[in-house]
Amino acid sequence: MVLNKTKTLYDCQSGEVVQIKSLQVEGTMRRRLLDLGFVPGACVKVLQRSPMGDPVAYRVSHTTIALRQEESSRIWVEEIGGDQG
Amino acid sequence: MTSYRVALAGNPNTGKSTLFNTLTGLKQHTGNWPGKTVIRAEGTYVHNNQEYTLVDLPGTYSLYANSADEEVARDYIVFEKPDVTVVVMDATAMERNLNLALQVMEMTDRVILCINLMDEAEKKGMTIHDRKLADRLGVPVVKISARNKQGIDQLLDAIERMAEGKITTRPYRVTYSEDLEQKIREIEPDVRKIVGDQYPARWIALRLLDGDYSLLKTLQDQLLNQRGKGVETGELSVSCHT
Ligand SMILES: Nc1nc2c(ncn2[C@@H]2O[C@H](COP(=O)(O)OP(=O)(O)O)[C@@H](O)[C@H]2O)c(=O)[nH]1
Ligand SMILES: [Mg+2]
Repeated sequence: MVLNKTKTLYDCQSGEVVQIKSLQVEGTMRRRLLDLGFVPGACVKVLQRSPMGDPVAYRVSHTTIALRQEESSRIWVEEIGGDQG
Repeated sequence: MTSYRVALAGNPNTGKSTLFNTLTGLKQHTGNWPGKTVIRAEGTYVHNNQEYTLVDLPGTYSLYANSADEEVARDYIVFEKPDVTVVVMDATAMERNLNLALQVMEMTDRVILCINLMDEAEKKGMTIHDRKLADRLGVPVVKISARNKQGIDQLLDAIERMAEGKITTRPYRVTYSEDLEQKIREIEPDVRKIVGDQYPARWIALRLLDGDYSLLKTLQDQLLNQRGKGVETGELSVSCHT
């Protein structure tokens, strides 16, 4: 049993399922992330990293969305399960 | 006989183009939106001897004009004022799709929520309480499956009744923080003085409070253009609160 700890979405491994705690970003980018479904409370599954490790594909609210490090490193999450990590 | 104008809005991949093709068949043409590299698809269909012009708006998750797609869709709904805006939604991802639906409902009263991919939802054992949704949201809700051509007649009837002014809606409006609502109350009357009843004053007030200069610019162009055509409007001297 892994203790719940807070990290950013960018730190997560493929296959991990996490819950969004907060967005450390303001303005247009915040609005954009919220519109894409990255809202506090939402569950996100990390799908896969592109060969260079950026961007990364995520499954959120029944849709696959890719985020760049610039965005994913500002989303604070908590581990809730998944098939890895 | 003039044609009613109907816009299809919605998230990407909700079946807008499938619905558009089902309704218009070969009676369609595509081009670009003026000054944009965004594809514009327009077509016509006839229902009960009345012609309708259907516009397939770009699919977006939002309408805050963060991209050319969003700007095109937003400007069409607010400034071109279609007789009916149909928000096409994915029945299997309602939470996500309601974001855009609520945004459109802030922009116009003439909205129909069209919940597509019902066949997929049923396969997944999901039930959509359309009556409850319509009650809570104050706008008509129609369930369809564009690919299987199910529910299309009900949708066309709903569009007809709305276009003819036979449906009065009461779109659910998001209530913001007291702080923000206070600011809206302060500037909405001024906005209304300028734009009259032709554009959604509360929505414009919200955009101005958000510092949306691109909207302000478009609004100014629209009003100047109309004044050139002899339409009376108030003085436009609002600036953005940032
Ligand atoms: N199962 C099912 N698939 C649909 C339905 N409507 C559209 N699709 C499919 O959903 C995908 C996206 O449709 P499209 O019309 O391109 O969506 P748009 O991005 O909103 O224009 C396509 O593969 C369609 O065949 C439907 O009612 N049921
Ligand atoms: Mg399409």
